[in-house]
Amino acid sequence: MQRIINFILRNRSSLLFLFLLAVALLLTVQNNALHQSRYFNSANWLTGSVYNTSNSVTGYFGLEQENDKLLEENRRLRRLLFNSEPRDSMELDTSGIRYQVMTASIIKNSYSKPDNYITIDKGRADSVVQDMGVITSRGILGIVEKASRNYASVQSILNSKSNINAKIAGTDYFGSLTWDGRDYQLVQLEDIPRLVPLQEGDTIVTGAMSSIFPENIPIGTIEAFSLTESQSFYEIDVRLINDMTNLKQVYLIRNRDREEILQLESDVANDL
Amino acid sequence: MTYNYLLAGIRFFALVLAQVLIFNRMDLFGFVNPMVYILFLYWFPVRENRTSLILSAFLLGFAVDLFSDTMALHTIAALTTAFLRYPLMRFVFGVNMEFQNFRLSNSTRVQQFTFLALLVVVHHLVFFAFEIFSLSNLLLILKRVVLTGLCTFVFSILLTSLFAIRRE
Repeated sequence: MQRIINFILRNRSSLLFLFLLAVALLLTVQNNALHQSRYFNSANWLTGSVYNTSNSVTGYFGLEQENDKLLEENRRLRRLLFNSEPRDSMELDTSGIRYQVMTASIIKNSYSKPDNYITIDKGRADSVVQDMGVITSRGILGIVEKASRNYASVQSILNSKSNINAKIAGTDYFGSLTWDGRDYQLVQLEDIPRLVPLQEGDTIVTGAMSSIFPENIPIGTIEAFSLTESQSFYEIDVRLINDMTNLKQVYLIRNRDREEILQLESDVANDL
Repeated sequence: MTYNYLLAGIRFFALVLAQVLIFNRMDLFGFVNPMVYILFLYWFPVRENRTSLILSAFLLGFAVDLFSDTMALHTIAALTTAFLRYPLMRFVFGVNMEFQNFRLSNSTRVQQFTFLALLVVVHHLVFFAFEIFSLSNLLLILKRVVLTGLCTFVFSILLTSLFAIRRE
């Protein structure tokens, strides 16, 4: 017994190292499972408020650019508005609206890691929930992964776990959008069959299969494509429209039919 | 003694904040973020026991992880570097460090830089190996280790000379 205690005392730093290493490895494994861990992300109050404070200073830089972006978006929306068919009556009932839209500011952005997460300054208190879609005025950004009281962590499309339904604009050929972690301007579109006519420069938008994003939100343009080894599907490199390095304001989209769709899908799966 | 603890505490918070608010946002060439918090392990008192070094390295890595959403990557890297710090010091400073009055500031420039460079190499190797986690990407790991390592090294040297401990 004495010897065991002596052994432990003599090697206490090595044993402590091994113990802490095991703890750290456990956290890594837990984090690499499908979802991010519940508490250990940058959306908790401590990290959130540090980033928020820092953002309240740095947020002033680049306001001019931000203004230009908003102006450009307003111009686009106004053009749509002026050219749309005038309705003869206003709709007052908003309960039929499928998508709700909210705004938020980014307080932490990241794009250089294999798994990138973005932190925004809205949380459960502002009714942000998991699996809301996040877009900017130019295109798609990611999906809300975890929400704390006042902050939320967004899984960027620049994340190896990201998987979003996307299609070629104007057609109904859809595939899934993933990222290989190499270039923050290029994402990969998979599972497009080889019979689809493709051209470099074609636009890629979100597909209708997603219960998170509305259809036809811009993602990017085709940069290059080639057939996979099996020769039956294309591997497509998509150049993102969003400049992922320069983001400030985002829109959050909530699909009010999502619960119903998911419920239906799980019912069908259970019946089988 | 209390002064040392206070100094270590201030360094801890200053380095974590500098790391997450300044260096994590650098993205030189699109992906290089110098990890200067490693200076904590460089500056850590030589005479302090290894247990407290390992514990504080764990907390340091954990704090940086929390901010950068890389749960436990920084922790593993910092922990391993802290564990290997003593052998590395033995290698760089030799028998000199057995003397009671040995201090980092008494050693030569070359020794200090070698020590820092070794810490950086060990830390970055572990970090990127775990970050990318497959040998098919060996080249990518090496590229990131070399580029990020160089940047960390340069920025760390700048910081050490900025906050140099006065020679007595």
